[in-house]
Amino acid sequence: MATKKSEAVLDPLFNNNPIALQVLGICSALAVTTKLETALVMCIAVIAVITVSNVTISLLRNQIPGSIRIIVQLVVIASLVIITDQILKAFVFEISKQMSVFVGLIITNCIIMGRAEAFAMQNGPLLSALDGLGNGIGYSAVLMVVAFLRELFGSGKLFGVSVMPLVSEGGWYQPNGMMLLSPAAFFIIGAIIWAIRTWKPEQIEVDG
Amino acid sequence: MKFLRTILDQQGKQFEPGGKFEKLYALYEAADSFLYTPGETTKAPSHVRDAIDLKRLMVTVVVALGPCILMAMWNTGRQAHLAIQGGALPLATWQTKAMETLGLAAFDPSSILANFVHGALYYVPVLAVTFMVGGNIEAIFAVIRKHEINEGFLVTGMLLPLTLPPTIPLWQVALGTAFGVVVGKEIFGGTGMNILNPALTARVFLFFAYPAEISGDKPWIAAQTSPDGFSGATWLSKAAVEGKAALEQGLTWNQAFFGDIAGSMGETSALACLLGAAVLLITGVGSWRVMAGVVIGTILMSTLLNMVGSDTNPMFEIPFWWHMVIGSWAFATVFMATDPVSASQTNTGRWIYGGLIGVLGILIRSINPAFPEGWMLAILFMNIFAALIDHYVIQANIKRRGARYAT
Repeated sequence: MATKKSEAVLDPLFNNNPIALQVLGICSALAVTTKLETALVMCIAVIAVITVSNVTISLLRNQIPGSIRIIVQLVVIASLVIITDQILKAFVFEISKQMSVFVGLIITNCIIMGRAEAFAMQNGPLLSALDGLGNGIGYSAVLMVVAFLRELFGSGKLFGVSVMPLVSEGGWYQPNGMMLLSPAAFFIIGAIIWAIRTWKPEQIEVDG
Repeated sequence: MKFLRTILDQQGKQFEPGGKFEKLYALYEAADSFLYTPGETTKAPSHVRDAIDLKRLMVTVVVALGPCILMAMWNTGRQAHLAIQGGALPLATWQTKAMETLGLAAFDPSSILANFVHGALYYVPVLAVTFMVGGNIEAIFAVIRKHEINEGFLVTGMLLPLTLPPTIPLWQVALGTAFGVVVGKEIFGGTGMNILNPALTARVFLFFAYPAEISGDKPWIAAQTSPDGFSGATWLSKAAVEGKAALEQGLTWNQAFFGDIAGSMGETSALACLLGAAVLLITGVGSWRVMAGVVIGTILMSTLLNMVGSDTNPMFEIPFWWHMVIGSWAFATVFMATDPVSASQTNTGRWIYGGLIGVLGILIRSINPAFPEGWMLAILFMNIFAALIDHYVIQANIKRRGARYAT
């Protein structure tokens, strides 16, 4: 049981990363990663939503009729997302404004629905909570790396603090404009997938 | 030259499997086959030998680029000198100092020698950086993947500098080349496997990453141009603001055809590209169908826009013969669209591929206000569709044959 628990948390980090292996949740990875600040808030929100939704679905799993399970899962996740959105608006309004619709769009993040359907429907609440936590962290790890590279090379800053002073402000670093465009996130995620699969060749899909 | 062969044979042993530098065999092989025709022959039965191999194919393209390269050096110098004569100050760069040292600081636009030297001072460093960075990346990938270094980069490395403005910072050239070679080619498996044209991938990266150095009015002339003094705007951007009238008043068609205009270093001259096209077509290295497709697509689309007309967008009234001599149309058609790897492979597919490049290029150039030039984006976009076009051409052929022989 102990190995199963640690596996539930650690597996999604590299062996079964939701972004790098399953290629889910890409749209939010493109949208909120131009700055570390927004990416971090997004990560915390997603970790919270996915953990709580996994626990809730897991507790309800024996009561949910199979034919309407998707609807029930959606109701749970949607309620959690609305609560998250309200909390963000109440406490970090500025960041919440920058993230605009993407907080609400957490509901469409396939990772959350996917874990509810694939894991929480079959497992107990504790294990489901750990699984949600693990997947949330796996998602966040990729998001933070992407945001780190994009903010550093796109605007020479980390968490809004100038690290490489820009030419336009009298420094030496000329920002790479492409890093601020969405394709850059694709290139970085692609490079991360390339790196992980070079390290763990068993993740390479068989052609055909 | 026998001693060279002896050295190669002696040192070669160390690179054979089991030798000291086994891992670096790719580097030895590259040097060996660059200097000498490989001694290996095909051993298994039934094979076709053709005198034209990858190496000869690539070298033919480089020969075809010759006129463009000469034009690049002459014209870069000439446009800078014309600007300086027109009141712009020389740039405060080492190139200007070198010109002073050489006694050519008169910056005379009618002196062929001064033009050549000044242009070469800008062109050659860009070329050198491209080859140093690209060649090293090729070598690293060849060593890791244990395959031979091939000639694929030779053409990419010749094409890229010709598409860049003279004043581009060299570190950007290095970064762009690295991106183009890795993302445009190596991640797909190297030369012959690439979906995108690597030279254009490099250029499009620079275009989106550092737009200030590769678009707008500043970078195209190697002198201190300014909007109130000697303007550095290209004719393409002038045409986008003032339309056909600007072209007809300020420029003759022959001048634009010859390439005596500001722009990317090697792309201004339609004449040089035409000479290159002749070499490519006579040797059969470039596909005439792709080129003809682009020509037809361009004529159709620009004539259509001429007929539609627009009160607000002056690009609509530019006729196709002007479209073909300003901007990078000729270079893109002859050298970029015809890249045999990233273009369509079937003959019907080539017509469609070329035609759509022509249509899209004019569309982007005329209708999209964000992008002054359309060919780079049009060709990359069609690169992605090239395999799909081939697929449907082949399926249509299979279906036609099936129908012919059905019962």
